[in-house]
Amino acid sequence: MITKNDKNLAQWALDFALKNGCQASRINLYSSSNTSFDLRNGKMDKLQQASESGMTIHLYVDGRYGTYSTNRLVKKELEDFIKNGIEATRFLATDEFQVLPESSRYYKGGKPDLQLLDPKFEKIHPDDKIALAKAVADEIMGKDKRIVSVNSLYYDGENFNYRLNSNGFEGESQTSYYGLGSNVSIKGDGDARPSDGWYESAVYFDDLIKKDIGRTALERVLRKIGQKKVKSGKYTMVVDKTVAGRLLGPLMDALYGSALQQKNSFLLNKLGEKIGSSKLTLLDEPHLPKARGARYFDYEGVATEPRTIFENGVLKTYFIDTYNAKKMNVAPTISSPSILILKKGNKDLSGLISEVENGILVTGFNGGNSNSSTGDFSYGIEGFLIEKGKMTTPISEMNVTGNMTQLWASLIEIGNDPRLTSSWRIPSLVFENVDFSGL
Amino acid sequence: MNRRKFIKSGSMALFGSLAIPTFAYGHEKQSIDKSNSSVTWAMEHFGVTETDLKKVLTIALEKGGTYADLFFEHTFNNNVSLRDGAVNRSYSNIDYGVGVRVLAGDQTGYAYVENITLKEMIKAARTAARIATSNKAGKTANLVDKPITKNYYAVASPWEKVTLKDKMPYLQKLNNKIFDLDKRVQKVSASINDSTSHILFCNSKGTTYYDYRPMVSLSAVCIMEENGRIENNYAARSYRKGFEFLNDDLIDVLAHEVVNKTAILFKAIKPKGGEMPVVMGAGGSGILLHEAIGHAFEADFNRKNISIFSDQLNKKICNENISVVDDGTIPFNRGAINIDDEGVDGQKTYIVKNGILTSYLHDRISAKFYGIPSTGNGRRESFRQMPIPRMRATYMEAGNMNEDDIIASVSKGVFVDNFTNGQVQIGAGDFTFFVKSGYLIENGKLTQPIKDINIIGNGPKALADITMVANNDKIDNGTWMCGKDGQSCPVTCGMPSALVSKLTVGGES
Repeated sequence: MITKNDKNLAQWALDFALKNGCQASRINLYSSSNTSFDLRNGKMDKLQQASESGMTIHLYVDGRYGTYSTNRLVKKELEDFIKNGIEATRFLATDEFQVLPESSRYYKGGKPDLQLLDPKFEKIHPDDKIALAKAVADEIMGKDKRIVSVNSLYYDGENFNYRLNSNGFEGESQTSYYGLGSNVSIKGDGDARPSDGWYESAVYFDDLIKKDIGRTALERVLRKIGQKKVKSGKYTMVVDKTVAGRLLGPLMDALYGSALQQKNSFLLNKLGEKIGSSKLTLLDEPHLPKARGARYFDYEGVATEPRTIFENGVLKTYFIDTYNAKKMNVAPTISSPSILILKKGNKDLSGLISEVENGILVTGFNGGNSNSSTGDFSYGIEGFLIEKGKMTTPISEMNVTGNMTQLWASLIEIGNDPRLTSSWRIPSLVFENVDFSGL
Repeated sequence: MNRRKFIKSGSMALFGSLAIPTFAYGHEKQSIDKSNSSVTWAMEHFGVTETDLKKVLTIALEKGGTYADLFFEHTFNNNVSLRDGAVNRSYSNIDYGVGVRVLAGDQTGYAYVENITLKEMIKAARTAARIATSNKAGKTANLVDKPITKNYYAVASPWEKVTLKDKMPYLQKLNNKIFDLDKRVQKVSASINDSTSHILFCNSKGTTYYDYRPMVSLSAVCIMEENGRIENNYAARSYRKGFEFLNDDLIDVLAHEVVNKTAILFKAIKPKGGEMPVVMGAGGSGILLHEAIGHAFEADFNRKNISIFSDQLNKKICNENISVVDDGTIPFNRGAINIDDEGVDGQKTYIVKNGILTSYLHDRISAKFYGIPSTGNGRRESFRQMPIPRMRATYMEAGNMNEDDIIASVSKGVFVDNFTNGQVQIGAGDFTFFVKSGYLIENGKLTQPIKDINIIGNGPKALADITMVANNDKIDNGTWMCGKDGQSCPVTCGMPSALVSKLTVGGES
């Protein structure tokens, strides 16, 4: 946690920077702790425990800017650290756009607690944590003779942040997290040992789903047996909710000020234009209590607010921080989204599949990339062939290739099944006329 | 040097004034005189004594651990970057701490602290010790210095003595050169990243060493516009070197490379996808080895029986003209290690010799499991993580064909030589790599440029399908970073040009 001493140290560092040549400064002091227990075949394999803390200090010196961080939080050392940072920054070229945000944009406090820290955190006994991972393994062990290895994992941790900006921002944030998961390897065809897993996570221990994790992991791997390539061609693509974020990623990356300012975005100068199909409505909802990703301010201290990113396919906002806004001479928005919510439909995954005549259900991506300037993408995939509304042959070793703009314009259906434990709440998605390469 | 002095110089070093020991650079051989050894210097540097280390190791084994080690790290990282024509951004980080690892058979307990005091180290040792439950305390041997006899990265000009001002002109030159080379260039960003790590290690077997690890990279991103279309590409070089790494020739080579790699994209198309022969060009094509077999040969996956190669040791897995090496001994290579992160000498390991799978890549745990010496592949990202088997420089040795003859043998396929990233499923064997650019091969000739496609294959099948290997072996010295179990490690890869008779190429249908 952040103690009163930590806060005093951050304030001292800020004052010290200002006294020694900085015209402005921004400080982030953080501390965190984490624990994990990895079990292999129900037996302890690895236990890890640690806590750490450090400070990042942003120095604005005579129109120049540098960032310095250290985990040596001793005043005597920090004095030299800051002084030397100031001295080094003076070597740099000036950058008139490097300034702190206007103080009117800061979060001013007063809103209800987002309840991101579980008061129970310290009270859970390590033996109980290990027992949870053991119970996950027990759901799998001995359930199928093809099983070659079972991994189960429990982890938890806490993160604390304290931010101070010299033009009047002070903000504190904290979050706890818990996770429980499993990965199973089985003997497949030939020498192959396919594996798959399932994971649950939560901000509160009591909200962590603890049952059926092992069972789900085993189900997910067993259904893979007999994977093969199918014929290359255009298919309707159904993307499972667990991996749908992979396709949203490049779209979001294209909205950042840093990409736009460098002309390195396929969504440059597209504000107000229709990019996706009418099904695409995407919101940033930063203030949901007890939700991973919730926050009242971003890394600059700027207040977050609900935003519409896409509305019926039309691009409504970019994510532009103070620096890139000044550089591009546009109004800043927010440095990044907090919780992404893709407006859901009313069918579950099997409902979506039942309407597909000739398609591929993608359950996993394997490598691949997307060109940030053009939106051209190509990813390895695995999943299932869909024939006449039914999942049939398990498939692997295929690629899906296309262009992000064309892909999102061909979004025809959205599921009702986003994982609410994620800060990206993206349901299963259906796209038409997508190029797959296989045989 | 007393503790207070160290602390002061420790923070100064970030900007160029820490007096580092002369044995850390410029000399092949070091003094092994105990009173003046590198280990003694490092103990002073971290403010610990031999008695402290023995005490912490003893506590680490008190619950019945069979082995323990302590990994002290003090790393200085500096980044300076150029954007929009000005070198106007710098970032530096100091990282400092010690990791305590305890093994009980193949089980691992791990804890680390950032505040290196005896009290904190003992606390971490007690946490890690809990992995063992026999309560039969293990033994700790007397600590013995293990001097670095072969230094693969002796630096001429250490980064501690280099200021921002010294580095900045190289970025400016690189920027100017790139703009001069092509009128279509719109934006350039470039950066120099250097880091220096002081590592002190000791374990319950008594092995104690100090290693000085430099690293540097220079990278450039180029963005070009042609008739309203925008493309970008990236070029970089990275070595375990000091300031001597930066010179005008390097700037020239990198500028040409990034411009050529970006310009070709305007002519490139997406090919028609499907199964076809793929000629891997010399150099970065080593990504195929890294993904298709390298990870699957890491012995942790094999001792757990979850790799597709788990039953293949000493079996013929490919053409007898193929030999593949994982090497930590290439001077100044990004993947070079004098000694690994658990006290085993850096070495060159044949993983495939004349078509036979001859060795997995081992750390201490897997070496013990297989009853053989470790291959020195136990590496970790930092003191925050436990070591696991990792690659170093992974490459295929030269064959005897000419690249032209290999290309001429393909009537319809692709030639690829520029990559961004790859991935593998260890157990299923499916691996991929993303091709930033390459060419179609039509009737034995390179024709239409292609770009932005993923290639996917299956490890054992792809290896068996390598039918021709050229004599132009080459290591790619780019900024390769390998991820595994949440840990990143610097590596390199390399390959002569080679034909894989069948892989699945992404593209239009």
